[in-house]
Amino acid sequence: MMRGWQRADGRKGIRNVVAVAYLVECAHHVARQIAGVDPEQAHVIGFPGCFPNPYAQKMMERLCTHPNVGAVLLVSLGCESFDRFGLEQVIKASGRPVQVVTIQNTGGTRSSIAMGKAWVSAQITALSDQPTVPMLVSELIVGTVCGGSDGTSGITGNPAAGIAFDKLVTAGAACIFEETGELIGCEEIMATRAVTPELAQELRDAVTKAARYYATLGYGSFAAGNADGGLTTIEEKSLGAYMKSGQSPISGLIKPGDIPPHGGLYLMDVVPDGEVRFGFPNISDNAEIVEMMASGAHLTLFVTGRGSVVGSALAPVIKIAANPHMYARLTEDMDINAGAVLDGSTTLAAVGQAIYDKVIALASGEQSQSEKLGHQEFILTYKSFEPIGPACLPM
Amino acid sequence: MPSSDTDPRLLLLSPGDTVFVLRDQIAADEEILVSGQSVRLPQPLGLGQKIARIAMGKGDKVIKYGAPIGSVTQTVAIGDHVHLHNLKSDYTLTHLRGGAPAGATS
Repeated sequence: MMRGWQRADGRKGIRNVVAVAYLVECAHHVARQIAGVDPEQAHVIGFPGCFPNPYAQKMMERLCTHPNVGAVLLVSLGCESFDRFGLEQVIKASGRPVQVVTIQNTGGTRSSIAMGKAWVSAQITALSDQPTVPMLVSELIVGTVCGGSDGTSGITGNPAAGIAFDKLVTAGAACIFEETGELIGCEEIMATRAVTPELAQELRDAVTKAARYYATLGYGSFAAGNADGGLTTIEEKSLGAYMKSGQSPISGLIKPGDIPPHGGLYLMDVVPDGEVRFGFPNISDNAEIVEMMASGAHLTLFVTGRGSVVGSALAPVIKIAANPHMYARLTEDMDINAGAVLDGSTTLAAVGQAIYDKVIALASGEQSQSEKLGHQEFILTYKSFEPIGPACLPM
Repeated sequence: MPSSDTDPRLLLLSPGDTVFVLRDQIAADEEILVSGQSVRLPQPLGLGQKIARIAMGKGDKVIKYGAPIGSVTQTVAIGDHVHLHNLKSDYTLTHLRGGAPAGATS
């Protein structure tokens, strides 16, 4: 039975955790020590940079008001340029309890940790008394990423995730796939699925932008491990990644932090706009998961061939093993064995159904494998975006 | 999906594809059937690797998932391993651990 915690903005969370957010790397240690008071219920997130960045500010606002978050402790060193007052106001306006610990004004490390722990403990106790309400599949937002891809990702895990996406979209959920740098070579096929011709052009333009961005960097989104696993080119990897979008029409193009306005399938454009400024768009898989969460994803499907072990702070990750040999080695880290398709012991349709069932189970309170193992990875770095155009979200 | 003229360990993902994908390991020197021809692999190949379904000439597009994944850089015979040594991206070059882009040498 799916259940959620009702938030004032109308959304529901499938978890009810306290976010402990550091606002510069200098406050990270204190934040981590504070969250140690309850590693399951207190999750560390944060932005390491000392210089301001509107993207990071927006991401932190979205993450601190994510439906899975019930209360927020902000941990500031004091002299960083992050707008902690602005962030605090946004959290307050969302109806969540919020507290700021400023290390330079609180007597340093030890007393800041003590003060933070006391506040977080009290919040966890209060949150444990909050009632839940029934939740529908149509109230879910589900993201998907793939990482540590090999030749099996596109054959087993990604098509199975696509089948699960089709089922979720049919049930009214909003599903988000990415990343445009991994869709180079499938832009025309993808454009034919857009709900309007104008959106089709936006999808093409987003991939063109990604291709130019990566060309400027001199690299594709292609790691040496991909080639070891049998993948040769970026477009081959792209088509494999593209399979996880399923067959549904594409309802819109969003950027990190944009929340899908209704159910349907959305492409997230994760490549920054304008000049290449801050390096790689997403420096590792968790950067993508963080952007999914900022767009409201309650949980994320993560297809892996080589065997990623990560989870995430705030929102559960379902790990789908595409490679049966890897599944045998890393069984405890995986939620779904899509690789079993290769030996004929199951079908893509059955794995797609198992992924759908797992989504429902996690939204009903079951823990994912990475949650059980305590994974709470999080990374947020500098980026720059223009707002999406009017053609990106047709009615 | 396995067709009778091809070893069942070779997977055809889409009807128009010009490569098969290995769904299991195949040992070196083992005789396998590819598109009706008997082929011996010079080296063992693992899961996820590609083998040519048809003969290809330099510049031909390789089709997988029903879509082009790059162009071959040399003549490819049925049953040849298709990877970095004979296939290059039509978009951005593939960079590997050694630092040199694959497919950059002519």
